[in-house]
Amino acid sequence: MNLWALVLATIAGCYLLKLAGYLVPARVLDHPRTRRVVELLPVALLAALVVVEALANGRHLEFDGPRLAGFAVGAVAVWRRAPFLVVVVAAGLTAALLRLT
Amino acid sequence: MTAVPGPPARTSVIRDSLGVGVAVGAYGFAFGAASVAAGLSVAQTCLLSLFAFTGGTQFAVVGVVAGGGSFGAALGSGLLLASRNTLYAMRLAPLLQVRGARRLLAALGTIDESTAMAIGQREPRLSRVAFWWTFGGVFVFWNLSTLLGAAGTSALGDPNKFGLDAVIPAAFLALLAPRLRSGAIERRVAVGGAVIAAVLIPLTPPGVPVLASCAALLLSVAVREARP
Repeated sequence: MNLWALVLATIAGCYLLKLAGYLVPARVLDHPRTRRVVELLPVALLAALVVVEALANGRHLEFDGPRLAGFAVGAVAVWRRAPFLVVVVAAGLTAALLRLT
Repeated sequence: MTAVPGPPARTSVIRDSLGVGVAVGAYGFAFGAASVAAGLSVAQTCLLSLFAFTGGTQFAVVGVVAGGGSFGAALGSGLLLASRNTLYAMRLAPLLQVRGARRLLAALGTIDESTAMAIGQREPRLSRVAFWWTFGGVFVFWNLSTLLGAAGTSALGDPNKFGLDAVIPAAFLALLAPRLRSGAIERRVAVGGAVIAAVLIPLTPPGVPVLASCAALLLSVAVREARP
């Protein structure tokens, strides 16, 4: 894949989506259903990304011990409302230590 | 609560706004590391943080790249996540009253944090203070931490030795958590999205499971609305 093209397309797309909100009259898109979808899209997307990043290796489901253990420890930290930095360090450290053994 | 917020109100808004910026810095490290681990260069990673400047989208794009997804899947996931910024901009436009070059700059700064801080204020004057200071604080810390995370990862070698493959799903979960706590519909959508993605991983090319979970959401909202 051409990563430069992807980076530039992402930058252009993100900026134009932001700018569009300032240029169109509010009533064009500010429909309750539109707003609902836009609120819920990140939920569906992030949930799918959690699963893919935890379980996928290309087109295969992969149950990698250290990765899953690190993720589980991170999940507990999220559940306990730990700060983001704690979540990240706990997850990474767990996986890294398990790989040393 | 005072009728006319004086300098103390302004000062406390600025302090809160900068606090948000510092807190976001931690996500920047994780993004920088994840992006370099996915195969982007340090320069590409920093350009995304400087000019795409919307964290969830940046994570999604590099997440799909890391998983071997196509150009279309990576860009599609990213822009779907970025679409909420359009609605934020529509809410901010009447509050900020910006024109010309300031509008072009305000557009760049239209993200979750600056919008939440701006619309949380009691009067437009404070909304403007909150928007610009949150934008500034997040911009500085997000970009500095992206650079450190990216440069650090490219110096360290194999990032999975340091558990980065466990950090990335945990980071997404941390981004998702506040939304899960906000309502039952959010939790149902999350479970639906997760199940669809898990089922499709072995069946479809990388990147498609993530897009499919979004498509399923759009479909379910459409069906619900169509019901009498």
